[in-house]
Amino acid sequence: MAKIFLSLTLLAYYSASALSIAYFLAQREAFCSWGARILGAGLVAHTAALALITWNLGWLPVATLGESLLVFSWTLVAAFLLFFWRFPIRVLGALAAPLAALMVSAGMILPAGKAAIPPLLKSSWVVVHVGLTFMGVAALTLAGLGGLFYLVQERQIKTKKFGFFYRRLPSLEQLDALNYWCLTLGFPLLTAGMVIGSLYAQYTLGSFFSFDPKEILTLIAWLIYAVLLHERLTVGWRGRRAAILALCGFGVLMVTFVGASLWWSGYHSFGSFSGTP
Amino acid sequence: MNLILAGVNHQTARVDLREKLCSLLPEADVSYPLLLSYPGIREVLFYTTCNRVEVLCVTEAEAEAPSLLSGFFASHPDITVADLAGSLYLHRDQEAVRHLFRVAASLDALVVGEPQILGQVKSAYRVATEHQATGPILNKLLHKTFSVAKRVRTETGIGDHAVSVSYAAVALGKKIFGDLKGKHVLMLGAGEMAELALEHLQSQGAGRIVVANRTLERGVRLAERFGGQAVSLEELESQLLNADVLLSSTGSASYLLTRQQVRAVMRRRRQRPLFMIDIGVPRDLDPAINDLDNVYLYNIDDLKEVVDENLERRKAAAVQAERLVAAETLKFMDWLATLSVYPTIISLKEKAQAICQAELKKTLGHIGPLTPEQEHSLAVMTEAIINKLLHDPIIFLKGNHHRKRGEAELALVRRLFNLDPIIQEERPDKEK
Repeated sequence: MAKIFLSLTLLAYYSASALSIAYFLAQREAFCSWGARILGAGLVAHTAALALITWNLGWLPVATLGESLLVFSWTLVAAFLLFFWRFPIRVLGALAAPLAALMVSAGMILPAGKAAIPPLLKSSWVVVHVGLTFMGVAALTLAGLGGLFYLVQERQIKTKKFGFFYRRLPSLEQLDALNYWCLTLGFPLLTAGMVIGSLYAQYTLGSFFSFDPKEILTLIAWLIYAVLLHERLTVGWRGRRAAILALCGFGVLMVTFVGASLWWSGYHSFGSFSGTP
Repeated sequence: MNLILAGVNHQTARVDLREKLCSLLPEADVSYPLLLSYPGIREVLFYTTCNRVEVLCVTEAEAEAPSLLSGFFASHPDITVADLAGSLYLHRDQEAVRHLFRVAASLDALVVGEPQILGQVKSAYRVATEHQATGPILNKLLHKTFSVAKRVRTETGIGDHAVSVSYAAVALGKKIFGDLKGKHVLMLGAGEMAELALEHLQSQGAGRIVVANRTLERGVRLAERFGGQAVSLEELESQLLNADVLLSSTGSASYLLTRQQVRAVMRRRRQRPLFMIDIGVPRDLDPAINDLDNVYLYNIDDLKEVVDENLERRKAAAVQAERLVAAETLKFMDWLATLSVYPTIISLKEKAQAICQAELKKTLGHIGPLTPEQEHSLAVMTEAIINKLLHDPIIFLKGNHHRKRGEAELALVRRLFNLDPIIQEERPDKEK
């Protein structure tokens, strides 16, 4: 049953991706609004699928990389639609929708092993920790994607060479505002997720920080965002520098998310929850 | 029924005539009754833009209409028919439709892609409808025209690119700030082009305007014109703190602002973006300023380059637009062709009805009294017979889109059913 909903989700996300890219190329309003609607419909199917999986497992499916991608893509689409509703940066869908579609595809292809979850991690605190972190990362992902657009657009205006993207991308001010809002929402969420995780670790394992690769990389990303937010609020950093830092932070987060479990192991690694903490 | 378009535009008119173009035609209140009083003119519309005057009419008198229209143009006291001889152009049917589409889509304009023309045609159409000068054909044609013009605009992007320096500056500002509403403008010096740019910025909702000029008096005058405030050039740096757009066009021989100065100001502005437009020759602003983050400096050559590129883009878009116009013209002509079969269909039906009624009356007269129900079923039956019989000929007529062959076939159908008895009687072979 969950499979059917996931297939529907995938179909919707890929259609929405095609429409968003078509909107980006042809700049016709209809493509954009239908893309958003189909993405919204996909989110409903996605929600249903996740609810069913959670019901069957009795647990939020974040034990393997594939499962985590399914949950993370859900938060990404939800965050995107939320921002889409508040901000008129429509072309962002051309990046966010395909990203979500790829994540769901990967989530369906990757083996959904029945990872044994140690009782240590069967706490609602872990769910809160994962939920908050994912929401934060989703908002910061949007900041990163917006940063990519900003850099492209800024380059064209600075060098006075107006190419393919100039007409299609929104104004610098709008892209910078997206960076600001995503950062001010995403950073506190990420921080809260990390704090809850480390408090829970202190409570159960006796240490706040265990030098797990995921913890270290996340801390690096967190520091990048902290610097960015601090400079934004005090000196008024914005524009190109903010976009570059947001992209760097996004890169580190993605390495953390995917790489940390593939290359290094630790108790945060997917599918290795049964190992020693 | 034919469409005829007659007009004079900036390309065909001689200078003396061109000067009078705008006031060539009398007011609508005079023109429309005059035009409609001409024999054979069914529907009419005229429009005037700065560069053209055109009259479009639907007429039954194809041969006489051109002379009537040129007579109408010559109703201006200073113009005779002879004056118009070389300047007046005539387009018929398909060419007339295509011409109207091209005018409204601004493909026939002095600057291709100018947006005002569509608005002028629209308001001219409104005036024409107020005078009840248009009918089914022109109504359909004009609505089609508006949709073609809109499609050209959205699908080819012909008007998307600014083709004047001052407008290019505004378009750039929009890509930096998103919206120019409430943005503060600081203007250094004065000059025609800078003032034009300032006007554009103000029409886009720019906020406070400050003018800094070497001679304060001139600055004050300029500031008054734009409802702004005048300051002296010494206050430049402090004024720069609050400005979003800087327009510079002074006669200064050296740079008024260096990279160092702007860098310091940017820090104090907390890096709020600054858009600088340097129209001055020699340049007023150090080109190195553009290297600073969040500062975008464009000088006159940069803007001219943008404009040149945009003109090229418009040309490319125009080619695409011409194709669209050609396709839509054919579609409209097809519709017009189907229109010509309707009178035939109506007279066909009328003739059948008449025969049916006459025969029914005759029959009811001699078969004796019937109940109303029986009479009714007889009427229904005869009605059904003629409908079924005429069904195929009508489908044939309606489906007949071929322009050339269509007319011959239409004539054949009319002869076959003898729908034009007078013409038939005049035929010599009938008398033999």
